[in-house]
Amino acid sequence: MSSVTVHESEQVSVGAFSPKSLVTSLPTALVKLNPRRMIRTPVMFVVLVGSVVTTIAAVLQPTVFAWSIAVWLWLTVIFANLADAVAEGRGKAQAASLRAAKKDSVAKRLEADGSITTIAGVDLHVGDNVVCEAGDVIPGDGDIIEGLASIDESAITGESAPVIRESGGDRCAVTGGTKVLSDRIVISITAEPGSTFIDRMIALVEGTDRRKTPNEIALNILLASLTIVFLIAVAALSPLANYSEAPQTLIVMSALLVCLIPTTIGALLSAIGIAGMDRLVQKNVLALSGRAVEAAGDVSTLLLDKTGTITLGNRQAHELVPAPGIEILELANAAQLASLADTTPEGRSVVVLCKEQFGLRAQEVSEFNDAEWIGFTAQTRMSGVDHDGQMIRKGAAGSVFAWVREQGGTVSPEVEQQVDAIAASGGTPLAVANGPRVLGVIFLKDIIKEGIAERFAELRRMGIRTVMITGDNPATAHAIAAEAGVDDVLAEATPEDKMELIKKEQAGGRLVAMTGDGTNDAPALAQADVGVAMSTGTSAAKEAGNMVDLDSNPTKLLDIVAIGKQLLITRGSLTTFSIANDVAKYFAILPAMFVVVLPGLATLNIMRLGSPNSAILSAVIFNALVIVALIPLALRGVKYRPATSGQLLNRNLLIYGVGGLIAPFIGIKIIDMIVSQIPGIG
Amino acid sequence: MTGWVSAALSVLALVVVLAAVHVPFGDYMARVYDSSKHTWFERATYRVIGVDPDADQRWPVYLRSVLIFSVFSVVSLYALLRLQPFLPLANGKDAMPAFQSLNTAISFVTNTNWQSFSGETLGFLVQMVGLAVQNFWSAAVGMAVLVALIRGFTRTRTDRVGNFWVDLTRGTFRILLPVAFVFAIVLLVSGVIQNFADTTATTLAGGEQILPGGPAASQEAIKELGTNGGGFFNANSAHPFESPTPFTNLLEIALLLVIPFSLPRTFGRMVGQLRQGFAILATMTILWAISVSLTVAAENAHAGAALQAAGAASEGKEVRFGIPMSAVFGASTTLTSTGAVNSMHDSYTPFGGGMTILNMGLGEVAPGGTGSGLYGMLILAVVTVFISGLMVGRTPEYLGKKLGAREVKLASLYILVTPALALIGTGIAMSTETGRSSMLNSGPHGLSEVLYAFTSASNNNGSAFAGLSANTDFYNIALAVAMFLGRFLPIIFVLALAGSLASQTRVPETEGTLPTHRPQFVGLLAIVTVVLAGLVYLPALALGPIAEGLS
Repeated sequence: MSSVTVHESEQVSVGAFSPKSLVTSLPTALVKLNPRRMIRTPVMFVVLVGSVVTTIAAVLQPTVFAWSIAVWLWLTVIFANLADAVAEGRGKAQAASLRAAKKDSVAKRLEADGSITTIAGVDLHVGDNVVCEAGDVIPGDGDIIEGLASIDESAITGESAPVIRESGGDRCAVTGGTKVLSDRIVISITAEPGSTFIDRMIALVEGTDRRKTPNEIALNILLASLTIVFLIAVAALSPLANYSEAPQTLIVMSALLVCLIPTTIGALLSAIGIAGMDRLVQKNVLALSGRAVEAAGDVSTLLLDKTGTITLGNRQAHELVPAPGIEILELANAAQLASLADTTPEGRSVVVLCKEQFGLRAQEVSEFNDAEWIGFTAQTRMSGVDHDGQMIRKGAAGSVFAWVREQGGTVSPEVEQQVDAIAASGGTPLAVANGPRVLGVIFLKDIIKEGIAERFAELRRMGIRTVMITGDNPATAHAIAAEAGVDDVLAEATPEDKMELIKKEQAGGRLVAMTGDGTNDAPALAQADVGVAMSTGTSAAKEAGNMVDLDSNPTKLLDIVAIGKQLLITRGSLTTFSIANDVAKYFAILPAMFVVVLPGLATLNIMRLGSPNSAILSAVIFNALVIVALIPLALRGVKYRPATSGQLLNRNLLIYGVGGLIAPFIGIKIIDMIVSQIPGIG
Repeated sequence: MTGWVSAALSVLALVVVLAAVHVPFGDYMARVYDSSKHTWFERATYRVIGVDPDADQRWPVYLRSVLIFSVFSVVSLYALLRLQPFLPLANGKDAMPAFQSLNTAISFVTNTNWQSFSGETLGFLVQMVGLAVQNFWSAAVGMAVLVALIRGFTRTRTDRVGNFWVDLTRGTFRILLPVAFVFAIVLLVSGVIQNFADTTATTLAGGEQILPGGPAASQEAIKELGTNGGGFFNANSAHPFESPTPFTNLLEIALLLVIPFSLPRTFGRMVGQLRQGFAILATMTILWAISVSLTVAAENAHAGAALQAAGAASEGKEVRFGIPMSAVFGASTTLTSTGAVNSMHDSYTPFGGGMTILNMGLGEVAPGGTGSGLYGMLILAVVTVFISGLMVGRTPEYLGKKLGAREVKLASLYILVTPALALIGTGIAMSTETGRSSMLNSGPHGLSEVLYAFTSASNNNGSAFAGLSANTDFYNIALAVAMFLGRFLPIIFVLALAGSLASQTRVPETEGTLPTHRPQFVGLLAIVTVVLAGLVYLPALALGPIAEGLS
């Protein structure tokens, strides 16, 4: 697991956007003009039809004005496609490097008789067993069924440090395209070629199999219905204009329609979705469905594993508490001795504590010739050493006390009290004994990640409840929970408990997000609305989740939520902006259309635009340019800081609502000042 | 200036009375629809029509009940109008022509009460058994549909939205009838006539004039209370027999506003969050207050020399009501789908008349018709929540219900219907010789007449810009279609939405949820309401009232 600093991702990262990409994506944008593709975005399809109509009209009656409108309507459509193309283009480079990892893989298939056949990676099937040795590229996704190897996964995760994978347990999964650095393993293939993890990743970053997400569909419906309303309003205007003796050309009607329908959001909607997925990819998270990204914004309960998310991976010795009548130095000596053979991080932290606090030199196991070392087992739950006629033990308090009583000793109530106190304060008490004498207690403490309490406070302000999942006993769990500031605790959690908790939350209408890596996490990952599987996890877990974190960093769940919210906010804000724009466009176009026969309407020309033609053209140009201007914002996402819903709404309304009202007045005026210089327009 | 002082005091009294009444009345209506008890009289009714009052309906069944009942109403009212000469109490009146009868039947069943006839041409039986009954039923249908939608918000994981026959019966018997009865008496006491005879009066010149009479008071109360608006007499509430004094004028305004302004309280009570109802009420009140102020201002400030000399635009307004209280009535009646008039909107200043068109164009939501006003406003709330909900970083939810593709589709279709009907209708009328020939005026004002007619019919308002000769086959049919579709298409979408919401579980409210009870949301909802209507109607308004006003 890579190390984490909690603060690194307080704000959703800003994806790089270079203006150059607008130019390089232009050919793709032109290819996208295919009407069968365009009809999927009704708003832009209407613009396409408008472009065709005005072009025909311009051919029939060529004027500078007619051609200008036709050209700018085409540009509006192309700009919209450009937004898509640029968004998709950002995944292309990544896809190319993934493809490089995939290509030409050769598999050494292990046949039933033990022989090995060399075949192409693409000919593998689920259930085949393949052998991989140092230097081999793993030909497909699978589980190690024999052996252990160090593997370079940089092709997928970008992380250059090799990882260890071994058969059995939760670290048996390997991914096709990664490279074995040492040893020999036998892999049972679990995915057909074409649907491997790397294939799905390529499809995802390229956006090829992107489907519209539920909220995107809903927004599209709203935009389509607004388009229909405006279509009707403009169509009905025609007989009214004829009656008023101010008949309008098809060109002007098309211009009015295009300016009124929500083209800004219509053009950028799918780019926003692609960019949202892309932002996750930049965070090394693969969302296997767009639906999951949206759900992330909605999550109201986060299930967080204590270890790795809230606390650093391992507990550390924090304090030595001697039993009554025992010198602390004697306790320290015994604790160090008992821990020398204990290579777990906890054991080493005891040695370190003894050295730092009591100046005890760390001795080497080899210095003791006649000592008999007793290793830690799950049954005895103790380790220790028999040396010089002394029997020193260190381990779980209950186990050590039982052992002491077997030796004919007693445990004083004071020591038991100390043990309880440590447990209650969130620590893990380890007892140290020398034969029948209890020497004291070691206080092992969970180290809570720096800054995590602040993030939980932020989440609470956003209305998200955090639940800590831990195998610890309730007393310990609650103490850590209080220190870290989580809202609730699931202690002594079994996979079934987790599943039950998720179902309970969902029954109450809450969306749940969780991380997991083990095979026994798989059902819960599948049940959760957002299930983030660790890349180090089993293939069962990765299958079950709807996101995979390539860094295997559970804290990233918080970033995923932020990206989900940012995606939704971007959609809402640009929709508001788009609709607010209409007001100014009316003030530009309506007087221009009718001022000749109804001079009173000149009062509405509050921008004092040069001429009717320049006013209409300026509105169309503004409408087109604003799409290009907003592409970076659509790709980057609007700025998001955790805050209450009321604050968020106020902020975004001010920027995109009020801003959307004012900006076009200024923009159209400036464009008009330029456009009205053109002969035939001004 | 005393006219203005008394007008200000009148409006103040109106606001105070409505503010005081909406709480107990709203709570009472919530109890009516939430109650599980039936009175003996209701039980008898259910037995007669063969309904199990305790069996809730799925939304398609509820909808089918609404449609069956309404079609039955149209057919029976049509029959009454056609068979008038053969019925008792016909006062020697003829049968109404076929297309006009169809128009009238649909008009009264859809709570529009557009009148291409004058009330004086109808006999008393048709007035009482035909029109007055529909005044009750059409209002009760609107409230029933609203209550089904509210149940969509309050219920979870069910496909049942209530029983239409129960909601209809209770709305009629427990709400509309008792209140209408009381205020019919009050109106009667205040001088509205209630008789079965015409009066012959001697004019100043010594000639004789027959003044048509009839049971007006009993019809006047429900005309306003049920936001119907169909006048017993052609001159509607401008007629002294319908509204003789400034007091009855004020009372009628209060009556036409009281149910629409009390229903938000009912809504808040039923969803268990009074503040949600209050937010909706606040939105309606703000829009109403702005519209009333603008209309009064427009009528008061006019550039014409004659009007300046008169102090304000007094053409087409009754002297006994005065200009401001005529404008208050005009704004209130167009904002509530009532369509009763105490002054001729055709004679309003261009901007004042434009306001009345825009008022209707808002979709009759501020406060709107009985039931239909609130369900329209809730649809707008759904749209508002959808857009602004995204801006807080969640997929939108309103009152704990998710607004997904289906919900947004239904709300979008709802807001699409009436503008489409109004604009397409106007477009067709203006592009045909038949349509144009009914206009009294030429130029922008003539356009306003047609635009007004189709906006009024599509939004089920029923008032008219007096100039248009609407009793032609073209207008009788076209407006009947607009009224019918303008009523029942939205009802289909509302009930479908109710079913969709009721089937959901409730999402608990958190700090991350968009709060829909704060001033922030009230402001947003008001802006969305105005912007949606404004953007759609502005081009048409620009060629009508705005062009006229700016010339």
